[in-house]
Amino acid sequence: MAHDPAHEPHSTVDHAAMGIAKEHPTWSTYWKVAVILTVITAVEVWIFYIPSFKASRLFVPSLLIMSAVKFVTVVLFYMHLRYDHKLFRVLFTGPLIIAAFTMIGLMFLFGKLSIGVGAPN
Amino acid sequence: MTHASAAHGTHAHSAHDDTHGHPPTSTGLDNKKIAIWAFIGSECMLFASLISTYLIYKGRSVVGPYPHDACLPPACSTPLPAILDIPVTSASTFVLLMSSLAMVLALAAVEMKDQPKRTTGERILGSSKLWLWMTAILGATFLGFQAYEFTSFVHEGLTLKTNLFGSSFFTLTGFHGAHVTAGVLWLLSLLAIDYRRGLGPKDAINVDLAALYWHFVDVVWIVIFTLVYLIK
Repeated sequence: MAHDPAHEPHSTVDHAAMGIAKEHPTWSTYWKVAVILTVITAVEVWIFYIPSFKASRLFVPSLLIMSAVKFVTVVLFYMHLRYDHKLFRVLFTGPLIIAAFTMIGLMFLFGKLSIGVGAPN
Repeated sequence: MTHASAAHGTHAHSAHDDTHGHPPTSTGLDNKKIAIWAFIGSECMLFASLISTYLIYKGRSVVGPYPHDACLPPACSTPLPAILDIPVTSASTFVLLMSSLAMVLALAAVEMKDQPKRTTGERILGSSKLWLWMTAILGATFLGFQAYEFTSFVHEGLTLKTNLFGSSFFTLTGFHGAHVTAGVLWLLSLLAIDYRRGLGPKDAINVDLAALYWHFVDVVWIVIFTLVYLIK
């Protein structure tokens, strides 16, 4: 049966027993997160236009790290996973880990990634 | 925050539930919220398969246009520059990120609807209609950027059938665009409810479901922007 939160006596919610934090992001937190996301995106695009950095070995790892930071920031603060019940974390991170390993596995299978195993010639 | 538990999908186990005919779930969590997170988990795997397909086919197109390299004869009948337009896509990425900000502000406004607003700033921040409109408009703007990009690609000779890049690129970004479209329609339906009877704290869980979906669409784009557009 559908649950109607209108009937919830909020004062009786035992957050500790539910396994969730009582803390909740404020408006200023949301704005700060938006600024951080914008700055990281600007840096990503900026380094894309630096030929020497684009040609270096740091380019791809730094882009992947910045992308991962943005991803995690949105999930933790905007999707409230930092403050929510751990079951929601499991429901998200479980399939995400499977998806990540599937991607990595496919990259190896189709030769996009490789490990230097065997005698070099 | 007073109504955080409603949006966070937790139930209060009390006699109150029984008198209103809403038995608590075994987890103490709202079923709808569990469902949306399970759905988002399955969507992770869908987009992982689409992104993997794009990455596997990347650089294997026999004919142009190409994403990051110029295409010269005989691969192309006429010389073509790299087809991806990074400045335009950067702008659309910024628009989608800002739509996520508008979405969290819309949810916060719905949760705090019953609280008195004394200053103009509080009234602006507390307007769920304003932030829902903002989110929908920014989402539609993102779709406009995508329509412009797709149109320009077709004019430059890249279609779904041209080469492996075209097939995998249009499939991946097209699926994402379809998700954004569904999100905009969801937001417009929330706006219709807001205009009809007003969204209040009791509706926070329903707005939260839309917000979670919207932010998921945003994080998928964060990954696509880096892997497809920025990394050669």
